Formats: sequence, C-alpha cells, structure tokens
Amino acid sequence: MKRIRPSSLLRRPVRVSPTTLQHVHRRTAASLSQRPDSTHLKFPGALTSPFSNTMKYEVPSNYPALPTYRAIDQHGVVVDPNFEPDMTEEEVIKHYKDMLTVSIMDLIMFDAQRQGRLSFYMVSAGEEAVSVATASALTKDDVVFCQYREQGVFKQRGFELSDFMNQLFANVKDPGKGRNMPVHYGSRELNIHTISSPLATQLPQASGAAYALKIQRMQNPEMPPRVVAAYFGEGAASEGDFHAALNIAATRSCPVIFICRNNGYAISTPSLEQYRGDGIASRGLGYGIETIRVDGNDFWAVREATKKARELALQDGGKPVLIEAMTYRVSHHSTSDDSFAYRARVEVEDWKRRDNPIARLRKWMESKGIWDEQKEKEARDSIRRDVLKAFAEAEKLKKPAIKNMFEDVYEELTPDLKAQMRELSEHLDRYPEEYDFGEFEGGKASLEQ
Amino acid sequence: MRGPSALSLSRALTRRPHHLHHHHHRALFTTRGQRQQQLAALLTSSPLNTPKRTYSTHPPNAKLNLPTDYSTTPLLCHTTTTALTNPELPPETRNGTTKRMNLFQAVNDALATALAEDESVLIFGEDVAFGGVFRCTGKLAETYGADRVFNTPLTEQGIMGFAIGAAAEGMRPVAEIQFADYVYPAFDQLVNEAAKYRYRDGACGRSAGGLTVRMPCGGVGHGALYHSQSPESLFTHIPGLRVVMPRSPLQAKGLLLAAIRSNDPVVFMEPKILYRAAVEQVPAGSYELPLSKAEVLKKGDDVTVVSYGQPLYKCMAALEQAERDLGVGVELIDLRTIYPWDKETVLKSVRKTGRCVVVHEAMVNAGVGAEVAAVIQEDAETFVRLEAPVVRVAGWSIHTPLSYEQFNAPDVARIYDNIKKVLGF
Repeated sequence: MKRIRPSSLLRRPVRVSPTTLQHVHRRTAASLSQRPDSTHLKFPGALTSPFSNTMKYEVPSNYPALPTYRAIDQHGVVVDPNFEPDMTEEEVIKHYKDMLTVSIMDLIMFDAQRQGRLSFYMVSAGEEAVSVATASALTKDDVVFCQYREQGVFKQRGFELSDFMNQLFANVKDPGKGRNMPVHYGSRELNIHTISSPLATQLPQASGAAYALKIQRMQNPEMPPRVVAAYFGEGAASEGDFHAALNIAATRSCPVIFICRNNGYAISTPSLEQYRGDGIASRGLGYGIETIRVDGNDFWAVREATKKARELALQDGGKPVLIEAMTYRVSHHSTSDDSFAYRARVEVEDWKRRDNPIARLRKWMESKGIWDEQKEKEARDSIRRDVLKAFAEAEKLKKPAIKNMFEDVYEELTPDLKAQMRELSEHLDRYPEEYDFGEFEGGKASLEQ
Repeated sequence: MRGPSALSLSRALTRRPHHLHHHHHRALFTTRGQRQQQLAALLTSSPLNTPKRTYSTHPPNAKLNLPTDYSTTPLLCHTTTTALTNPELPPETRNGTTKRMNLFQAVNDALATALAEDESVLIFGEDVAFGGVFRCTGKLAETYGADRVFNTPLTEQGIMGFAIGAAAEGMRPVAEIQFADYVYPAFDQLVNEAAKYRYRDGACGRSAGGLTVRMPCGGVGHGALYHSQSPESLFTHIPGLRVVMPRSPLQAKGLLLAAIRSNDPVVFMEPKILYRAAVEQVPAGSYELPLSKAEVLKKGDDVTVVSYGQPLYKCMAALEQAERDLGVGVELIDLRTIYPWDKETVLKSVRKTGRCVVVHEAMVNAGVGAEVAAVIQEDAETFVRLEAPVVRVAGWSIHTPLSYEQFNAPDVARIYDNIKKVLGF
C-alpha cells in the first residue's frame, strides 16, 4: 500500500481574509437579538429553546437509557431484520481468525510474561470484536489512534505476528527502537499512531488529526475522503481530554469516530464509580454528536455501526460520531493486576460462560455452514504454531543500538546530547565490566560518533 | 490517567510470587497447563533454545553496579534500637516500640494515623478504595469509611481541583496521583491554584494548606516513558508548593504526617521501587519529621554527596567503595524536602569538604542539581572553599527508554567515577 503524503499535495494555500471573518461574526451577532413575543429563546447560548411556564428540573432517570444495537444475539441468530452480511465467506473467516489470533497471542504472551520472558503484557480477552469489527469498516488510508487494548485493530489492518513480537521484545526490528513498554505498538504504514500510556491524550489529537484530513481534502479534492478512528475506554472518558476532544471535534466539524470500549472496569474501578448517567453515549448527545450504543460482543453489530459512522463522519463536510461498544473486561487489567482482589471470580466466570464475541461469531458461522469443529481445531493449531514461531524468532534478536536512547528527542542530536553520548561512551570504556552491552546491536560502539 | 501497567511496578518488579488466576475461555482454549507446557517445550527445545532474556539483572563481573542490598544498607534501620535513637523523633516515640515495614506499609501507617487523629483528613484517588495499585491505601476504606477514603473517577485535573477545594474549605485531603508520570493534567490546578491560593486570597486568609498530593515516582528498570518519571523539578520551580521525597519507610511516615499537618500544599513523591524493597523498623504511633530540613546521613571531610530518594542507596554504595579505594571521607546528605530546601546544611558541608557531587534520577537539564550547584557557587563563603567544580550525576536529557535504563539512571559506577573526578581535579 502506498501511503498518501498529504504535505506533498498541499500546493494551494487557502487565504481567508480578515474581512470575511469579521463579516461572519457581525452577521451572527445581529441575528441573535431576542425579539418581543418570541416563543423561543434566542440567546447566543441556546438557539432553539422554547419558553416554558412550568418550573421543572429535568431528571436524568426520567429518560430511558439509549438502546444497544444488536445484529445477532448470543446464540449467533440474526435479530436485525435489515441485517445483510456484506462480506464474502473468506472475509468473514479472515476476521474470525484475526479475533482468534489476538486471543491466542494474548494467552501465550500473558504466560510468557509470567515466565519472565518479557516485562509486561496486556490482553484484550472479551473485547476482540470491538477492535476487529470496527477496524474492518475503516479504510487503509484512515488514521487510527489507539488506547492500548486494541491489538485487534493492528491485526485487522495487517500487523503481522512478527510485528507484534518485535515490539514486545523491543528488539532491533522494533520500530519503537526499544524505547517503549510492551504493547505500545505503532505503524506508519498502517496509519496507526504509536500508543502512549497516558489515557485520553489521544482523543483531542484525533480531533486535530481529523481536522487536518478535512482541510487537506478541501485543499486538494483529489485526495480520498478519510476519517480518524480514536479508541478509548470508559475510564478514560472521565479525563478532561475526552470532553475537550468531543467538544472541539463538534465545533470544528471534524471527521472523527470516537470508539469507546466500555468494558465495565478501569483497573479496579467499576463503571458505577466512574460515572453516573447513561454511560458514555449520553455525553455524545450533549456535545451535539451523533451517537450509537452497540453490543460490543456482536461482531456484525459493531461492523454495521462503524460502517455507518464512517459514512456520517464524511457527510456535510465532516462531523464527529460516537460509538459506545458495551463489553466486559474478561481479563485482568494487565499482567500486573489480579482482578480477583476487587471483583468476584464468579462474575467473570458468568460472563465467560454467557457471552463471548469469538464464540458468538463462530455460532453464526456454523449456522451458515462455513465453520465447524474441525476447521476450528485446525485454525487454532496453526495460529498457535505461528505465534510461537514469531515469538522464538523475535526473542533471539539483539536489542537496538544503544545510541537510540539519545536519538529522536529532537530531530537532530543537540550539542548537549552529543556531549552526553560522548560522556557515556567514555564512561563505558572506563567501566566495561559494570554494564551489559553485549545484547545491544553493535555493543557500545554505536555511541562513538 | 493510569497507563497500561499500573500494577506492574509494584508486583512484577519486586519479585513477589505471582498469583495467576487465569482461566480465560476454558471451553474454547486448551487448558492453561497445556499451553504452559507447549510454551515451555518450545522455549527449551533445541532449535529455539535461546537464553532467557532477563530484564533486570546485573552484569556478571560488576563490582560497582550490583543490586542494592536493602537488607544490609546502613540507610535503613534494621533494628529497633537504631530506629528509636533517631534524635529527630519526639521523646514519647523514642520510648515506644517499632514495627518492621516496607515503604508502602509505612505510607499506609501514616495515612491510617492521620485518619485516626484528625477527622478532616480525606484520602482519595484512582483505585484507592481497594488499596491502590501499590497497596498504599489498603484497608483504609474498610476502617475509616467510604466517606473519607474513596475512589475518584479517572481524572487527575479533577482529583487535584477537588482536593484544593476541599482544602480551601477546611479539610486535609490526601490526593493520590497513580503515577507521577500522570500528574500533568493536574499541573494547572497545582501551579495556578494550589500554589497561588494564599497569595491571591491575601487578607481573606484562605489557602490550599492541608492539601497533600502523593505520587509514586522514579525508575524501576522497565517502566519506560510513562512509568518512570521523576518530575520533582517541575514543582520545585513553583513557589508555594513544598516538594518532599522520602528515602525510607521511617522517613516516609514522619515526613508524610508532617506534610498532612502542614498548612502549605505539599507534593509528596514516593520512589516506587522502594515500596517493597526498602524494609526497616518504623516507630509505632504518631510522629513527625521536619519538612525543609536536610539530613547528614554520613559524615566525611573530603567530598559532599547530595541526593534524595532512591539514588541515596547508590550514593552510599559508591562512596563506601571510594572510601575503600581512595582513602577519603565522603559526606552524604539527603535533602528530603527538595523545595524549599535546607541550603544551610549543604553549604556547611561543602565549606568543609570543598567538593560536591549532586545526584538525582531526573534529567540533568534544569534539574535540582542545577539549583544546588548554583546556590553553592553563589555563596561567597562556600565558593572560596571550592576545590573542584560542583558536578551532577543525573539522568541524561532524554526520556526514560525501556531497554536502555541501565545506561540512563545514575548508577554506582557513575557516582563513584564522579567522586573520583572531583577528588582528582
């Protein structure tokens, strides 16, 4: 895939004259005067509010909860009469295998962390459909910002097992150059920005990125229409950045799809202590954003909702859309967490037994006659073999060169950094036995300029 | 804004046995035992037999960069007697008893003490109710009630503003930021509100005094960009905030109680690598240690080493080796409160030794070392006694990189080398 390079296409500067802006401002202000005998409020902050002679507070609980869209039910039976699968048999199987791959990789890497093979890992058990199905409705040119539990997005967009493993082992092939913790994947080729641990910081960035795509297409209509997809959890939606992101995306009409994985827990904090009100979806409406709540364990519902979201996001010159995908964090928060310290084991067991996105799509596939126990076994065996192979290959590679620690702080090494690099190099020469540099590409030589 | 690995640094790093309760999709997957066997077989079978990649170890022939032996370091009180002879302790504490605790238990003990003795104390933050990701708030909600010890939604700016408002209306909130790396959304509240509250309110007399904000900080070996930061110098630049970093459980309890009782807002930074590693005898009951007072941990005539927090252990190892190898006496000072800091103790020492090495984990540029060095050379009486330039051993001017942390954090070899350097100037 050839990456679109917007900067090279930006040859036509658009000039906005200050007088135009003044004109717009004057006209808007003039139209906002409150007329006598008007039935509606016409103040700047509330343009269509009818006057009422009843003093009454609105009570959130008087409003019904927003519905949760399903295409198929827990048994894989189609419940939406308008639902028509829009994938070929092969495509469905590919996506099913993407989910399976992520879940098998998760289990192996979780155990590998427990064995001390890598420092950290996060699984996404129970949330595979949210990642894979949303990604399935995006194009390769769309731009993605993840939180950290969206390995399914990477997989669906073409991240190879070796790409995962190279990052996890921070080896010489890791595009993060050995600097980031495991699971902080990124791919320029796949248009996925590299994961950052702080929560919700990616959301206003997604709004800005979407604005960039919108302006770039205005300036060059030959560019394909593109959206930004931004993932986050319901816990992250408590951060100020979430609110800033939705508001700025709405006011600047940005083509961005905000995708919330509402999995019920932010580490130990259940959603009950995270927010009151009707989930994350109700906030979208508050910001004037078209919103849907969807069953996150239903691959088809998530895909349908995201397809529609992409269409909406590109309408009217661009606008934000919010998807709240309801699911359950079957796993511990990370390899560092033992979630049975704060939730009952039976709660988790119940969820696993009752509903699972992989099992649900499998049931649907079996009902269509395109999958069976034999295929399941073959797929699992082959995926497991592939994961272990990629694991072993990545683990034996060297770590990137030590000099990488000083590079990319700035575009070029500053005099300060060059001096520090030299100081470290000389120090390692004086005390070679005090350090392990054999496992780094080139040993300590990379520090010599 | 907890990052992905919120619990990892307390567990994975401190070599506690892992309790794995992991039975995902039992119906769909092979059992955990089978998977473990497969993995183990794969990882030990001949063609794929690679050496196990260990991510926190030391080089085989190292003499200086050895793991800190917390069980023998003179910086911890291994006996009740050493703990209780601390002259800074009040007499009733010195006549009392002690209990062996690690750092998170000492923080917990201080918080429990504060909750018990002052009903205006509140404790809150992300995941605080179940004990916190580093276990500092364990059992506090059960003992003191969910009205005073509670989870907040996941918002650092909210936590900080909430704490400031509660403090301004007479409470003593102790807010927890899950990692120092995630304090930045709260920066506006700390810098523009907490720090300026008294100044702005003037004769009206209100302040954010009573506010303490606790946060785990520092490297652990594999925290990388977002679970390693030590941003104290961002706060030492802000008049109105007191910035404290304890080195040990005994210190943490006394300093934290002083912070909670202080009528100035205090940023209390806890080196997270010490939560489980540093264990010592901690006096029972309530006691305070003085804020803005440094402590001379070891006397010496030839070089002054100034540090705070975890690097003190490395300083101690380095200076012991330097004293053995070079036949010199090195003085070690723990700043404890990094701002407003105890200049007199440092200046007095450097006037004696004429040489100073400042050590901290955070980046060298515009760090605490710059402030200490500047104050030393500005003081005429100290300046004329200097035998060598003041040197800094600190993190390089980079972000904390996963695989290269051993080359970034100040270590025993670099501290040793710089002690040698100032002596040889």
